[in-house]
Amino acid sequence: MDEDLRDFRQQTRDWLEANCPPEMREPMRDESDACWGGRNPSFKSEAQRRWMEVMAERGWTVPDWPKYYGGGGRTPAETKVLRQEMARIGARNPLMSFGISMLGPALLKYGNDAQRKLYLTQIARGEIRWCQGYSEPGAGSDLASLQTKCEDKGDHWLVNGQKVWTSYADKADWIFCLVRTDPQAPKHKGISFLLFDMASPGVSTKPILLISGNSPFCETFFDDVKVPKDQLVGELNKGWDVAKYLLGHEREMISGMGLGHQSGSLGEAFGEIMADDPILRADVAHFDVDALAFRAMSERFIDELKAGRAHPAQPSMMKYAGTELNKARHELVMAAGGSNALEWESDRSRQGKSAREWLRTKANSIEGGTSEIQLGIVAKRILDLPGT
Amino acid sequence: MPLYLTDDQEMLRDTARGFMAGEGAIKTQLRHWRDKKCKDGFGHGLWKQFAALGFTGILIDEADGGLGLGHVEAGIVLEEIGRNLTPSPFLTTAVAFVEALKGTKLRERWYPGIIAGETVAALAVDEGPKHRPDAIEMRAERSGNGFSLSGRKQFVVQGASADVILVAAESDEGLTLFAVEKGAAGLEVEGVRLADSSIGARLTFENVVVDADAVVGEVGGGAAVLARALNAGRTGAAAELVGLGSAAMEMTVDYLRQRKQFGRLIGEFQALQFRAAHLYSELEIARAATMKAQQLLDEGSQEAEAMVSVAKAKAGRASQLAVQEGVQMHGGIGMTDEYDIGLYMKRDRVLSELFGDANYHADKLARMKGY
Repeated sequence: MDEDLRDFRQQTRDWLEANCPPEMREPMRDESDACWGGRNPSFKSEAQRRWMEVMAERGWTVPDWPKYYGGGGRTPAETKVLRQEMARIGARNPLMSFGISMLGPALLKYGNDAQRKLYLTQIARGEIRWCQGYSEPGAGSDLASLQTKCEDKGDHWLVNGQKVWTSYADKADWIFCLVRTDPQAPKHKGISFLLFDMASPGVSTKPILLISGNSPFCETFFDDVKVPKDQLVGELNKGWDVAKYLLGHEREMISGMGLGHQSGSLGEAFGEIMADDPILRADVAHFDVDALAFRAMSERFIDELKAGRAHPAQPSMMKYAGTELNKARHELVMAAGGSNALEWESDRSRQGKSAREWLRTKANSIEGGTSEIQLGIVAKRILDLPGT
Repeated sequence: MPLYLTDDQEMLRDTARGFMAGEGAIKTQLRHWRDKKCKDGFGHGLWKQFAALGFTGILIDEADGGLGLGHVEAGIVLEEIGRNLTPSPFLTTAVAFVEALKGTKLRERWYPGIIAGETVAALAVDEGPKHRPDAIEMRAERSGNGFSLSGRKQFVVQGASADVILVAAESDEGLTLFAVEKGAAGLEVEGVRLADSSIGARLTFENVVVDADAVVGEVGGGAAVLARALNAGRTGAAAELVGLGSAAMEMTVDYLRQRKQFGRLIGEFQALQFRAAHLYSELEIARAATMKAQQLLDEGSQEAEAMVSVAKAKAGRASQLAVQEGVQMHGGIGMTDEYDIGLYMKRDRVLSELFGDANYHADKLARMKGY
C-alpha cells in the first residue's frame, strides 16, 4: 500500500514535471488569472489552455471522481499525493469551477444516472461554466424563504423570479437554481433544485458594482423561462436537502480562502516594513500563529472528509474560521502597506490591488451563509445547544 | 499520515481516557493532594500505575524497554491528563527528560527507573519570571574531571520531588546540559506551591560539582539537547492544554444546556451560543495544530520546530479562552472553590506559561520566518 503510494508519487511527479507548463507554476496574481473553462472560454494564454486540457484528459481536474464521469478514479490518499505534488512545484489549479466545488458533489449524491453522466462529464472537462442561483432580494440568511416561482406546465417547467449575488452569472453557461415548486407547503418543503441554460429566452443578468469597484456578482432575472422536465435534480419539493448538501461544499470552498493565494507566513512577505513598528510585528506574528494553525486544521478537515469522519456541520466551523482569518489577513496587508495600499488606480499599485482585495474579503463572511449563520449551526448541531 | 488518530491510537486514547477519568479524577487526585498540602503535589502511587500501563516508557525505544511510540501517542495521554487535571510528573519526566536523553549514554542510568515509575525528573531552564532559554546565565566551570555549577533557576516543575534535574548552563565551550542528581552538595531546593496547587521549585546552585558523566550529549552541544527536550515539552504542554480547554468547554456547554434564567435555558441565548461556537472553533484549530506538530516531530521534519511554536501559542490562547468563558458563563458558581471550572482556570495559567507563553512563541515563529 505504502509502496504503491510511493510509486504513484514518483509517477505523478514525473508526469507533472513533463506536462505542467512553466507559466502555470507561477503564482496567480489575482482572481482574473484563474481558468474557468466554459462554452466560450477565454484563456489568458496558450499555456493556460494546454494545462486545463492535459489535466482534464487525465481526469485530474477532479481526481477523486469516478472515471466513468470524467474523473481520475483516484483514492483519497492518491488525491492527497497529487495535491501535494502540485503544491510542491507551485502548479496552479487547472480549472476553477463551481461545477467541481459545488454542483458536482450534489449531483453525485442526488442526480439520476443520465444527469450525472451528462453534467459531470462536462464539468470535468471544463466545457460548461456554472453559476449558483440561491439568494434573492428577500431571502439572504433566511434562504428557505425564497420566492422564485416554478410551475409545472405539463411538458416543461416555467420559471419566474429574481436571484441576487449570483457569482459570474454574466459569464456562466448554466445555472443551478433553487425554485419554489409548492407555495402552499411550509417553506423548507416546497423548494426544488433545477438546472437550466443561461442562454434560455427570458434569462437576463445585471452586474452589481461593489465597494471594491469590481462586479463579480449579478442580479439575475427570470421572465417566463421554459425549462425541460428532466432538469430537476432529486425529488420534487425536496430541493432543500440538495441545497443544504451543496452549501456544505460551498463552505468548504470558501473556507479554503483563509489560506490566501499563498498559505505561508504573512510576516515573511512583509519583511522590512515592520522594522520600525513593533506593534504591527506583534499583530502579524499572532496572525501567523493563527494562519499556520488553520492550515493544519484545513489539512485535518480534508483528511477527515475523505475518510468520512468529519462532523456534517464541520464545514460551517471551517467557513467561519477561514473567512474571519482571511479578513484579518487583509486588514494587516492594508496596515503594513500604509498610504501605498490606498492608491486605487495607479499602475504602481496595480490598479489598487491591495485595497480592492481587502474590500473583496469583506464578502467572505457574508456569502455562502454569514459568520453568524455558521456560528448558529455550530452551536446547535455540534454543541447541541437548544433553540430554533 | 492523515491528521486523525489511527485505530491503535484510538485504543490508546480509550485506555488513557478511562484511566484518567477514573484513577486520575480531580476529586481523587488534584483535590486530594491539594487539601493534604502534599509537598510533591502528586501521588507516587498513581505514577506507579502510569508505569503499569506502560505510559512512563511511551517515548522510550523498545530496545531500551519502552513502548517505542511517538509524540502523537504521548499527546494522547497528555490530552486526557489535561481533561482531568491529573497531577503527575509525566510531562517533565516521560516526555521532556526522556527526549533529552535520546541517543546519550545516560539512558542506561535513568530510563529503567522512569519506566518503573520510580524516578521523577525535572527541567531547570528558566532563570527569571519569563521563559528565556536563549539568555541562560548559569555557569558551568571546568572542575577536576567534571564541572562546577553556579546560578539560579526557577519554575522547575516537579523540582522539589525530582530524583534528577536536567540543568542548562553556559560553559566556556557553550551551552551544556547536565543531569544533576537529587541531594547534590551545594544545591538548595525551595519547593514552591503554584496557583494550580502543583509544586514548582526555585533552585540555587553554589559550586555544585558534577562528574563529566553527568553531561547530557556533548560539552558545548547543549543547544540541540535543550531543543529536543523543549520541543517535546512544548508539544506535550500544548496537548495537555487542548485537553484542558476541551473539558472546560464541555463543562460550560453542559451548563448552558441546564441553567435556566428568565424562564429559558441560557443556552438558547444567541449571545452565548456564538461565543461557545467560536470557542469550539478555536479549540478544534488548536487540536489540529498540535497534532501536526506531533506528527512532524515524529517524522523528524525540519518544519517541526516552527509548528511546535504554532501549537504551543495556539493551544495556550484557545485554552485560555475556554477557561475565561467557562468561568464567566458559569456565573457566580464559577467563582466557587467547590465547582471545578476555577481549577481549570488555574491550571491553564500555569501550563500556558510553562516552556514559553503565546507571546514568546509568536515571537519565536516570527524570528524563524525572518522578521
